[in-house]
Amino acid sequence: MAHPTAPSLGKDLLALEDLTGEQILSILDTAETFKEISVRPIKKVPALRNRTIVNAFFENSTRTRVSFEFAEKRMGADTVSISTTGSSVQKGETLVDTARNLEAMGVDMVVIRHSSSGSARFLAERIPSNVVNAGDGKHEHPTQGLLDLLTIRDHRGPIDKLKVCIVGDVLHSRVARSNIWGLRRLGAQVAVCGPRTLLPPAIEEMGVTVFRRVEEAIEWADVLNVLRLQLERMTGGFIPSLREYNRVFGVTRARIESAPRNVLVLHPGPMNRGVEIDSDVADGPQSVILQQVTNGVAVRMAVLYLLSGHAPETAEAAKRGGDA
Amino acid sequence: MPEPQRRPIMDTAAVERALSRMAREVVERTGGTEGVVLVGIHRRGVDLAAWIAREIERTEGVAVPTGSLDITLYRDDLMTVGPRPVVGRSDIPPGGIDGRQVVIVDDVLYTGRTVRAALDELADYGRPSRTLLCVLVDREGRELPIQADIVGAKVPVPAGGRVEVRVPRTDGGALGVEVVDGGGGAG
Repeated sequence: MAHPTAPSLGKDLLALEDLTGEQILSILDTAETFKEISVRPIKKVPALRNRTIVNAFFENSTRTRVSFEFAEKRMGADTVSISTTGSSVQKGETLVDTARNLEAMGVDMVVIRHSSSGSARFLAERIPSNVVNAGDGKHEHPTQGLLDLLTIRDHRGPIDKLKVCIVGDVLHSRVARSNIWGLRRLGAQVAVCGPRTLLPPAIEEMGVTVFRRVEEAIEWADVLNVLRLQLERMTGGFIPSLREYNRVFGVTRARIESAPRNVLVLHPGPMNRGVEIDSDVADGPQSVILQQVTNGVAVRMAVLYLLSGHAPETAEAAKRGGDA
Repeated sequence: MPEPQRRPIMDTAAVERALSRMAREVVERTGGTEGVVLVGIHRRGVDLAAWIAREIERTEGVAVPTGSLDITLYRDDLMTVGPRPVVGRSDIPPGGIDGRQVVIVDDVLYTGRTVRAALDELADYGRPSRTLLCVLVDREGRELPIQADIVGAKVPVPAGGRVEVRVPRTDGGALGVEVVDGGGGAG
């Protein structure tokens, strides 16, 4: 009559590409129960009491950082946030220094956001603490992928029955990569749609369909995940103009209303209203954008809970550079 | 390794008699059903609380609100166990527990640590006017100063033995209580 246990996630959460379908479902199921905590009179449980968590945000973020902080505080953890602008961070050297300093302070978990792809894994291999990737360059943003999965499942049921299209700037998007891995792992059909300049070459090799016209994508999909045009990452001329982009690829009310079925609309935020998504869609009945934000806290609570307590057995492996 | 010895302590009829008596005692101890809330501790406590609630409704004609508590996140050994236990959902009836008489229901009282966690969790939901503890089986081995108010049966268990309560909805089969020699026991 032992208590049932959740499948182990290992020491770190670095990428959805690393997880099995069973592990992903375990996180979603745990998050489902954690939603209830956020509506209690006292929104706090002592599960991570005496744990110290550092939020190391080397790249600007408000939404994700606040979401992690809420999740940590609601689990009873002690938290510290450190941040610096991406431009002042020397890749590699600074992360090693950071890792050594964090080790010296005896932290239990590190949540890291960094502009360099692979930075979370780099850190995870050098410190015994649990590491959670809160976005590394153009690589992955696993907790965003998980909260998208949870929100989709809440509204449309089992993921393996669904067709999901990711629309927009896939090239610069870590959210897109996490979504593709997570959705595919759970058996969904996945497509992408965007200008050729904003789709990675050979994207089909990730097992996704490519739509060139947003109308076709909307006609096909049960769910649209609309991505932000990451103007700050665009160093070249990827699109003629924002107005042109909206005219050709924008998710507008007219396009949504012409769909044969009720399409669910997600957006990881922050939105460029009137560019990739129109306001009357973002605020419309098919939008679940604010619920994504709410689910983000529950998903992060679940991840922190499932990772916690794993460090002691794996610390030595982490120091040896293992990926336990 | 020898098979653990299982000794039946209560059969279905004995458990049902005990639960009927416990339901009457709940009503007696709370002075009726007004303002009474039954809260079962996951998993078997929830089934037993539902059984007691049905019995109270049958005899008193009143449906007593019932809820459930999952104490996983309140365990004091959570940081030392791994992999993580599956977290269940806590569910407090509409109207809450403020100013009400809350009866915590569980299957086995052993170390008292589960009840300690349940009391902590209840305090996060509100402030009952009074809290009672109702358990089907009380065995020795307390590690905290906690005792039950309403007990189905006191069962002496040798050191190293454990009590298993079988509840149809959770375990399948018939209601029953067995002592298994060798192994720990519910808290």
